[in-house]
Amino acid sequence: MNYHSPASFAEASALAANATGITRFLAGGTDVLVQLRSDVVTPDTLIDIKKIDGVHDITRNADGSWTLGVAATGAEMTEHADLGRDWPGLVEAMDLIGSTQVQGRATLTGNLCNGSPAADSVPAMIAAGVTVTVTGPSGDREVAVEDVPTGPGKTSLAKGEVISAINIPARGENGGDAYLRFIPRTEMDIAVVGVAVNLRLDGDIITEARVSLGAVAPTVLLVEDCAKAIIGSALDDAALDALAAAASAACNPIDDKRGTIAFRTEVAGVLAKRAAKIAYARAKGEQA
Amino acid sequence: MALDDRKSEFTFVGTRPDRPDGLDKVTGRAKFGADMSAPGMLHGAILRSPHAHARIVKIDTSKAEAHKDVKAVVTRADFADVPFKPGLEGEFWNVLENVMAGEKALYDGHAVAAVAASSALAARDALKLIEVEYEVLPHVTDVDKAMAPDAPVIREGAADYSVPEGMHPNVVRYHESGHGDVEAGFAEADLIIEDSFVTEATHQGYIEPHACLGMLGNDGKGELWCTTQGHWIAQKTCAALLGIETSQLRVTASEIGGGFGGKTTVFIEPVALALSRKANRPVKIVMTRSEVFRATGPTASASMDVKIGMKKDGTISAAQGVFRLQGGAFPGAPGDMTAMCAFAPYNLTNVKQIGYDVMSNRPKQAAYRAPGAPMGAFAVESVIDELCKKLGLDPVDVRLKNAAHEGTKASYGPRYERIGLVETLEAAKAHPHYTAPLKPGQGRGISCGFWFNHGGETSVSLALSEDGSAQLMVGTPDIGGSRASMALMAAEVLGIPYENIRVTIADTATLGYNDVSHGSRVTYASGLATIKAAKHAVEKLCERAAAKWDIPVEAVKWENGCAVPSGPNAGDFDPMPLADITADMGRTGGPISGHFEATPEGAGVSFGTHIVDAEVDPETGKTSITRYTVIQDAGKAIHPTYVEGQFQGGAAQGIGWALNEEYIYGEDGRLQNSIFLDYRIPVASDLPMIDTVIVEVPNPGHPFGVRGVGETGIVPPLAAIANAVSNAAGVRMKQLPMSPPRILAALKDNNG
Repeated sequence: MNYHSPASFAEASALAANATGITRFLAGGTDVLVQLRSDVVTPDTLIDIKKIDGVHDITRNADGSWTLGVAATGAEMTEHADLGRDWPGLVEAMDLIGSTQVQGRATLTGNLCNGSPAADSVPAMIAAGVTVTVTGPSGDREVAVEDVPTGPGKTSLAKGEVISAINIPARGENGGDAYLRFIPRTEMDIAVVGVAVNLRLDGDIITEARVSLGAVAPTVLLVEDCAKAIIGSALDDAALDALAAAASAACNPIDDKRGTIAFRTEVAGVLAKRAAKIAYARAKGEQA
Repeated sequence: MALDDRKSEFTFVGTRPDRPDGLDKVTGRAKFGADMSAPGMLHGAILRSPHAHARIVKIDTSKAEAHKDVKAVVTRADFADVPFKPGLEGEFWNVLENVMAGEKALYDGHAVAAVAASSALAARDALKLIEVEYEVLPHVTDVDKAMAPDAPVIREGAADYSVPEGMHPNVVRYHESGHGDVEAGFAEADLIIEDSFVTEATHQGYIEPHACLGMLGNDGKGELWCTTQGHWIAQKTCAALLGIETSQLRVTASEIGGGFGGKTTVFIEPVALALSRKANRPVKIVMTRSEVFRATGPTASASMDVKIGMKKDGTISAAQGVFRLQGGAFPGAPGDMTAMCAFAPYNLTNVKQIGYDVMSNRPKQAAYRAPGAPMGAFAVESVIDELCKKLGLDPVDVRLKNAAHEGTKASYGPRYERIGLVETLEAAKAHPHYTAPLKPGQGRGISCGFWFNHGGETSVSLALSEDGSAQLMVGTPDIGGSRASMALMAAEVLGIPYENIRVTIADTATLGYNDVSHGSRVTYASGLATIKAAKHAVEKLCERAAAKWDIPVEAVKWENGCAVPSGPNAGDFDPMPLADITADMGRTGGPISGHFEATPEGAGVSFGTHIVDAEVDPETGKTSITRYTVIQDAGKAIHPTYVEGQFQGGAAQGIGWALNEEYIYGEDGRLQNSIFLDYRIPVASDLPMIDTVIVEVPNPGHPFGVRGVGETGIVPPLAAIANAVSNAAGVRMKQLPMSPPRILAALKDNNG
C-alpha cells in the first residue's frame, strides 16, 4: 500500500490519475479506515487530503453562500453557530453520524463519496442545493450533490477526480431546512429511512421546496413530486398527505437487516411530513 | 442446608463502600484479557468457515507455513483425540468440535484452522494463504425447521437417552415434568388461552472480546492468562483438549470486561496453547467483535406454545407449555431449564411442561444470565396478561393469588423453602410506579420471574498479616463487584475495617477447584466460604488469646475485632485486638490463616417482579421505555449498590433483547449483523433510569441470608416489556424482538 499526503488538489488528482489498482482518498477515515481494518477494502494507494491548506475552513462568502473545506468535520460544523443558523437541517444531519469521537473526524465529503444510500448528510445536502467542486486532470468542475452517487458504494467521479470543496447556497430570506432519520435506537445507528426538506415561503405559502429521501433506494433521491405536493400550499393537512404519498411512492427500497420494504415505504411518508413541519416552522422563524 | 449460626445484625454488611478494584478500572491500570504480553510472543489468528454447513474436503496450509512471519499453523489434527459421546456427556468433545472443526464446518464462523505469526497483521494476512476445499451441504438455522422431517441432519448420534423414539436426529435432549391433571384443570377453567411465541437468539454483548495469552512447552507444562468467568473450567477443558495433565496447566484469570454467562467455556484458549506448543513461543489471541458474534455463544432461540386456563376469580386451574430451543450445532440448548422455570412462580395444581434441545447450523449457544428462563417467562406471562385483560382482573392481584410460597410444590417438582415472591409482588403493588397515570400511547406491563440459583464447588483461603490486615483469596472471577462483597463479609466476621482486607482472585495453582462465576453463585457460595474461612481464622485467634491468658479456648469469644473472655467466670482480661495477636504470631504458633472448601447446597431459588411503562409511536412502531422498576428478593444485600447494579443490568439487557437485539441470518445461512452497528444493543440514551427495590427475605441456606441476584433480573423483562408494548399498541406482540417493522406491521394488521 502506498500512502501519499499531497500539498494541493492538483497533486492529489495527478497521484490518483497515475495510480493502479484500488485508490482511496483519506479525509476523516471514518469509512476508509474501518473498511481497511475489516478487510472490506484494502487500497493499493491511499491519498491523504487532510494536509492540503484550507481543507478545514468553513467560510461565509460575500453573497451569503458558504464554502466548506473537504476535511471540515462534523464537530467543526456543529460548533459553527452562523452555519447552524443558516442551515440547521444540514448541520443536524451531519451531527447525527456516529459518535462524538467519529464527529471529530467525519466529513461531508467522505459521507458523500462513501456512496451509501443511507448517508445522513447527503439528503440534507441535496435538499439544500449543495454542489461540490471536483478537481480532475483537466481542471475543476462543479457538480450537484445529487449527481455524485450512482449506486451503493459508487460515484460519478472519474479516475483522477477528487472533491476539493463543498458549496452551500446562500440561505436567503424566509427559508428553512430540516432532516429526520428513523433509527430503532436513539443514537449510534444508521438510517433506516432519512428525509430532508428545504423550503422557502412567501407569507404562509411555500414557493420553493426540495425534498430528498435516503435509505429507500439504491441512491439518495431528490423527489420532485414531493416538492410539487407542498409548493403553493401553506402546508395544510391535504398538502402533508400529498407529500407523504409522494414520498412513499418514490421509494424503491430493499428488505434487509435494517428494515423491510413495507416499513421503509410507510415511514418515508411519516418522516416527510414531520420534517416538512420543522422546515416550515424554521422558515417562519418560529423554531430554531 | 439449615444453619444454626444465622446472623441478622450487621456492622459492615449492608454498607456501600467504594469497590477495591475501582481505582484500577477507572485509571486503566486494571489488566484485562488483551493487556498481557510476554517476551517472544506471537499473535494468533483463526480461519473461519464462510459456510453454514459444509464438509471439509481438504485444508492446504503449505503456503501459510512457508510465509516468513508464520511460526505455526494448527488444524484439528493438532488437538487431542477426545471421545465422542451423545448429549452433554460428551461435552469435552462438543467443546473441541466447536473450538476447531473436524470433518464438517457446522456454522458460519466455525474455526477450521489457525496460525501464529510474528505480528497480528501478519497472522491475519497468513489466513488468506490457507486453502480450504469445502463441499457445501444443506443447512438449517430455524428451530422449528430443524425439527421438521426433511431438515438436514447436523450430526447423527448426538441425541441422548432422554429423546423419545421417532424424533428427528437434530432433537438431542428432551425434558418433561409437571404434576396433577392438566386436562381436568382446563375443564374447570372459565377462560383458556393458548398461543405461540417466538424469540430470537441474542448475544451477551460483553464489551471485552475474548482474549488470552497461552504458553505450552513440549514438557506438557503450561501457563494461560485469559478473560474468563471460571479459570478452573478453562484449565480442565484446555488440558483435556490438548491431552495434558490438568495440574500442569496454571490458569490466571484477567480482569473481565463482562461475561454474563458467555465466558463460562473456552473458545480461543486451547487454540493459543496448541499454537504455542507447536511454535514453542507464547501466543496471544484477541477476537474481533465480528468473531465474538459469529463464533461465541449467543443464547438459544425459541419457539413456544403455552396454554393456560383461569377461573373468573383469577385462579389458574391448569397450565401447560411446549418449549423448543435451538442452541447451535451442539447439544446444550436449555429447553429443560425453560420448561422448569416457565411456571415456577406459581402455585399450580395442574401443570405440565415439555422442553426440547434442538441442533441447527448456528454457533454453540452459551449461558446468558438465567439461561432459558427469560424466553419461557415471555410466553407464560404474556398469556397471563391476556387472561387478566379478558377477565377484567388486576395483573398483580392475579399473580398474588397464584403466587408460590414456602411449602408450595414447584412446577418442576420439589417444595419451596422460604422464598420472597409474594413480598416482591406486594412491593410492586405498593410502589408509586404501579398506580402512576399513563399518558396516551403508553402502556404498562408487569411480569414475575424465577431462577434456580447455584452453589457449586468453592474454596477460599484467608491469611492474616502481622499488622492485622488480611488477604483473602477467592477462586471466582469478580464479574459484579464480588471483591467488595467478600471484603464486607470477611470484615463482618473478623471485626476489622473493610479497607484492611485485600481480596485477590487466586490462580488455579493457589486454591482447589472453584466452579465458574455463574448461577448467581459468587456472593452466596464464595461468600459462605469467606465467612467460614474467616471464622476458621477467628478460632485460631481465640486459641492464641486463650494461650496468652492461660484459660481454656472455650472461655474466649470474638467480639468487634477482639478476643474477649466469654463471661465473668472466664477471667478479667482486657479485650485483645486482632492486630495484637498477629503482631507476634510467628512466636506464638506461626502464621494464622483460615480456609474453607465445600459444595454448598443452600443457594435457594430467586424471584423478582418488574413494572415497565412503554410508549409506542403509532406511525413508526418505535418503542421507548419511559419508566422501569425492578423489585427482587436479594435475601440480604451485602453491598446494596452492586445488588442494584445487577438489577439494573438485567433490565437493560432485557430491554435490548425485547426491542431490537437479534441474530439475523440470510438465506445462505450466514450471519448478517456481526457488528454493533447492526446488532442493536441499547445505547445509554435508549434507557430510562431503572429504579430498584431490594426485598430482603433471608435465605435459610446462607449464614447472612444471601440469595444470588445476578440472573433473575433478566427473567421478567421480556415479558414485562411485551406486556407494556402490547398494552400501548393495542395488539398482542408474540415475537421478539419487537422491532419497529414488526410493531408497525402488527398495528397495520390490527387496524386493517
